[in-house]
Amino acid sequence: MCLAVPVQVARIQGSTGWVRTAAGEVRVDLTLVPQVRVGDWVLVHAGFALQVLDEEEARRSLEEWRRAVEHL
Amino acid sequence: MPSNIFEAFSDPQLGRRLLAHLRELVGDEPMLMMEVCGTHTVAVSRAGLRSLIRPLELRSGPGCPVCVTDDSDLAAVVRLAKTERVTVATYGDMLRVPSSAGSLAEARAAGADVRVVYSALEGLKLAQQRREREVVLVAVGFETTAPGAALAARRAVERGVSNFSMVSLHKLIPPALQALLSPGRAALRGLLLPGHVSTVIGSRAFEFLSREFALPAAVAGFEPLDILGALITLVRAAKAGHPAVYNCYRRAVRPQGNPRARALLEEVFRPAPARWRGLGVVPDSGLVLREEYSAVDAARRFGIVPEESMPAPGCRCGEVLLGRIIPPECPLFGNGCTPGAPRGPCMVSSEGSCQAYYRYERGGELVGRRG
Repeated sequence: MCLAVPVQVARIQGSTGWVRTAAGEVRVDLTLVPQVRVGDWVLVHAGFALQVLDEEEARRSLEEWRRAVEHL
Repeated sequence: MPSNIFEAFSDPQLGRRLLAHLRELVGDEPMLMMEVCGTHTVAVSRAGLRSLIRPLELRSGPGCPVCVTDDSDLAAVVRLAKTERVTVATYGDMLRVPSSAGSLAEARAAGADVRVVYSALEGLKLAQQRREREVVLVAVGFETTAPGAALAARRAVERGVSNFSMVSLHKLIPPALQALLSPGRAALRGLLLPGHVSTVIGSRAFEFLSREFALPAAVAGFEPLDILGALITLVRAAKAGHPAVYNCYRRAVRPQGNPRARALLEEVFRPAPARWRGLGVVPDSGLVLREEYSAVDAARRFGIVPEESMPAPGCRCGEVLLGRIIPPECPLFGNGCTPGAPRGPCMVSSEGSCQAYYRYERGGELVGRRG
């Protein structure tokens, strides 16, 4: 039931959005993420966007892991 | 160069280095940990991680929503599907799950109207299109899926869609973990916590794990780097004796979760005891519709009463869901129970551990352990 990969919001109309996937644009409900903007990346589960992804935090996690393996 | 920052989470080069670091940290000390979520189970198996991280052993937990649905609840919805004028709408994985009253797919083959929907709102739409039918959404899922069902319930009531109702079989992860760990955490040294459930309820909802069970726990995403990064955090915490909840999926999970989704759950549902395959009845681990939403409560509308549980003879899904055995230890695994002809839900669901092991883990060693 999960799209484990993040998808990007292409269009928004009221509480409905269309996200870009490999299979074309897919309609999702945006009620649970009122802060969402076109261009944001979201996590989608069973037709609902559950969360807007934070790019800054993504960078920070990658940086942390790169540092952890620096000694190798 | 990845086109967006999120693609970097599947970078194989960094993955290999994280794996090397994890192995260095584990050394030759055997350690048992659990991945709670079914989507993690599949991600771990597909990436072939289980054999690469030994002697760290990862066991699957009760995190596949279809699998933990009890036989008695399934049998009741199969009977409901056979009722005149009723259309049952449910998620795809539910169709082929065998119950003591047969499966929904068998009921459909015998003439019942059973529809697969991708979201709860599709179920509502179906009811609006087919006013002559009673459309019943069989709503399974954890905290990730329940907000969508809550929204469908609210819209149905607001719009007066009187032929729509739902059987809420939703389940909550923290009470299940409490029940799983209460008899003693046994040899478990750490828990990999579900990423998507945590986007809704927040990492804070799991703080009882360190407080009550002194168990390190890490919220993780679903890419190989996420899982390896979280395991590194868990092994470090386990070895240093630092039980805490570590949020290793910060791009998606906030400590407080998604307040809008939580408010919606609170408005529409209330916690109630629920029956789990493997765990039995767990207090406050299910969600039932509040009085204000009784108009869409299929349990009331159709007078659904719980039936007796009669799981398939020989099926050990219940023990698999508790991490007591791994799938190849069940005598039916690959031997009368396969994804093509499943005997139990853990082999049916794409998130089930038996299916994940059947697809990805049938190396010599695991199959050799069949008992």
